[in-house]
Amino acid sequence: MGKVKREVPELNSSSTADIAFLLLVFFLMTTSMAVNKGLARRLPPPVPAEQKTEDLKVKERNVFVVLINSNDQLLVQGEYTDVAELKEKAKEFIKNEDNAENLPEKEVIEVDYFGNVSVTKNHVISLQNDRGTSYSAYIEVQNELVAAYNELRNDLAKAKFAKTYDELQEDQQKAIQKIYPQKISEAEPKNYGGKK
Amino acid sequence: MGRFRANSSSSGTPKISTASLPDIVFMLLFFFMIATTMKEVDFKVGVTMPEATELQKLEKKTLVRNIYVGKPLATFRAQYGTEPRIQLDDAFAEINQIENYVVSERSAMPEHEQDLLTICLKVDKDTKMGIVTDIKQALRRAYALKLNYAATQRANENL
Repeated sequence: MGKVKREVPELNSSSTADIAFLLLVFFLMTTSMAVNKGLARRLPPPVPAEQKTEDLKVKERNVFVVLINSNDQLLVQGEYTDVAELKEKAKEFIKNEDNAENLPEKEVIEVDYFGNVSVTKNHVISLQNDRGTSYSAYIEVQNELVAAYNELRNDLAKAKFAKTYDELQEDQQKAIQKIYPQKISEAEPKNYGGKK
Repeated sequence: MGRFRANSSSSGTPKISTASLPDIVFMLLFFFMIATTMKEVDFKVGVTMPEATELQKLEKKTLVRNIYVGKPLATFRAQYGTEPRIQLDDAFAEINQIENYVVSERSAMPEHEQDLLTICLKVDKDTKMGIVTDIKQALRRAYALKLNYAATQRANENL
């Protein structure tokens, strides 16, 4: 007697391809690669209706006023400005390197890693737009302002830690945020350009 | 030599083995399964997002609710006109519906996540700010303060 040869019967796998194709086509159809990205912002809490609008006393030198009119033109600190220049102006304002009189006042605070630093703690960037402003102009201005902060933070991170801001640890980022706090305030909406 | 010729003439074209085809297809399948995000809604308004550079990714999908603003698509023009309109989920909406929408969406979320609700505004770039301002006011009243202006990445021309 020869030895018994037992073979495992082969599974017919010719239909696996069909099944896989079916699933593939389904996912191909439903897929969309775009990741949700955007400018993150925080709105101020609502003002109670009874509350009198108190004029908060903010020193004029601490406020950086950006106005956008219904023709998408920019008025920065009372001067007609192009969007391309906005970032540099904002950076100059936030930083106030030479402690200039007309730029925001500096205050000495203690920050981890840095020790005592004088920062423009009370500065505010005030953004006001018209109802007729186009959304793309508005986003562009927002983007430039955020870019100003991001560049300042990045510069500082590179100077101090030799890393980009994104690569820092959380408490290091916090320290830098303390030196350059992001303060973009949007005024209560008003209607300047007439009815739209 | 003779044998070789005889063999090839008798069996015709040899069959290509398809045994590895499922593997290839499965590989593609897994790629698309991982990369996929299901379409959220049927668009009723046309939205071309503005471009920006300083973008942040929206992390958790479950915490995000979208509000679309744009001109109604061609098929809805007759009914809704060409002025920018708001779309919540699958339907056109008015400003005064936003507050209710946010409140009901928030109460449907688990309690510990309710504070993290983020509203993603997907607004067409040619929209006027008036309608956006109204939406922002409505969101403030609904205490939905975390906001995200959706935009597409602009290629950096400085590089």
